Amino acid sequence: MGYEDYQCMDENGIREDGRKADEMRPVEIECGVIPVADGSAYIKWGKNEAIAAVYGPMEAHPRKIQRQDRAILDVRYNMAPFSTSDRIRPGFNRRSREISKVTRDALESVVNLELYPRSKIRVEIEIICAEAGTRCCGITAASVALADAGIPMSDMVVSVAAGKCNGIVLMDLNKPEDNYGEADLPMGILPMTDELVFLQMDGDLSMDEFQLAWDYNVKAAHDVHEIMVEALQKRYGGDV
Amino acid sequence: MSEDSTSTEHDSGAVRLVHPGERVGVHEGAEAGHGIRRINGELVAMRMGTLSDNGNTISVDPVSSRYVPRAGDLVIGLVEGMTNNIWFLDIGASFNAILPMSLAPWKVEFGAVREHLNVGEAVLCRVQEVDETHSSVATMKGMGLRKLKSGLLEEIPPHIIPQVIGQGGSMLQTLKDLGDCRLVIGQNGRVWLDGEHGGMHAVRAALKLIRDTAHLPGLKERINALANE
Repeated sequence: MGYEDYQCMDENGIREDGRKADEMRPVEIECGVIPVADGSAYIKWGKNEAIAAVYGPMEAHPRKIQRQDRAILDVRYNMAPFSTSDRIRPGFNRRSREISKVTRDALESVVNLELYPRSKIRVEIEIICAEAGTRCCGITAASVALADAGIPMSDMVVSVAAGKCNGIVLMDLNKPEDNYGEADLPMGILPMTDELVFLQMDGDLSMDEFQLAWDYNVKAAHDVHEIMVEALQKRYGGDV
Repeated sequence: MSEDSTSTEHDSGAVRLVHPGERVGVHEGAEAGHGIRRINGELVAMRMGTLSDNGNTISVDPVSSRYVPRAGDLVIGLVEGMTNNIWFLDIGASFNAILPMSLAPWKVEFGAVREHLNVGEAVLCRVQEVDETHSSVATMKGMGLRKLKSGLLEEIPPHIIPQVIGQGGSMLQTLKDLGDCRLVIGQNGRVWLDGEHGGMHAVRAALKLIRDTAHLPGLKERINALANE
């Protein structure tokens, strides 16, 4: 099948996996899945599955990386070798370095790092199963894990993505839509203020398409935020 | 988000669970305490926890946190390393505390610190001073401060220590009676138990119950039920 042959939507406006253009894949979040971590979260987003664990604040080593006035965030995003149909070579690569960096930048804008001088907060994101949109999945899981660890934050970052396939703006692209699509717009949003802390754009979108993708993302971020809050409440507010 | 969806009602009164970024109201004239900031006139929670209104101050009691040392805290430290005149103690904080040989209860020769305290050994000590970067100095000079040679150590999250002690030490007394053993609770979340095997086992079970359900009301009843089993 060529790029032009792929049809992401039928004549009734229903996508291959049964969603409408503005619908997200189902999201499930669970907190406290790693007992030895200070905070952790498991997220299932469509077929994507990821675990985020937070350790610290702890003394930053080696000493040269310490900041005298604040903590540093050490974010590591990694895809398990078995997370895709083709085996991924284990270890850091250019893509994982980039995603670790953008995740760190997004989280740094909310975490009160100045409360922990000379310290380090370690955030580990492990993708167990990948089906397009793993960076959004990882950032969202990391936010919940940070809240679970009791790290002071001004808000929780919610990351969602919209994109374009066959000239149609779609919310939350799945694997074929991502592969055959023309654009992808992952965003990190602070749901309480609708502030933007992270945005990447792959491909081309017209101004109208960009606005529509933006609106889809903001709405979806609020929906995901509710699921994040429910997961945290379930962990700490459930009945005995 | 509506207030209803972010608060949890319990039978012993309203306990409101808040998450980072949640607006907790204007509270005119109230001060923003721990875990709260005033942003554009409105109080916003900065961490996951239960909202506490202590008269004039609104704060968040965290449901999970690391130990942050404060001067005067009674803590249980584990020796992690040493130089010729200093021990490094793991007190569960972000940074190791230092215990200089001048603050040890023994007469220590320079270079002979290992003869008194070796790596892995536990000590009951007090935090003497903490600087602005959370580095701390510990002391073993004081009543009851000593090397812990027997018993066992149990860990609990530092933020639930008030519940483990209880009002006027009532919960602590219940635990002591339950296991008929000696018990010392360090502010850093380490609990030292010493007594008969069966008693220590019972106290460990009670501590596990407290650890798992401390954020829920009715803790005393649950511990009493465990004690009656």
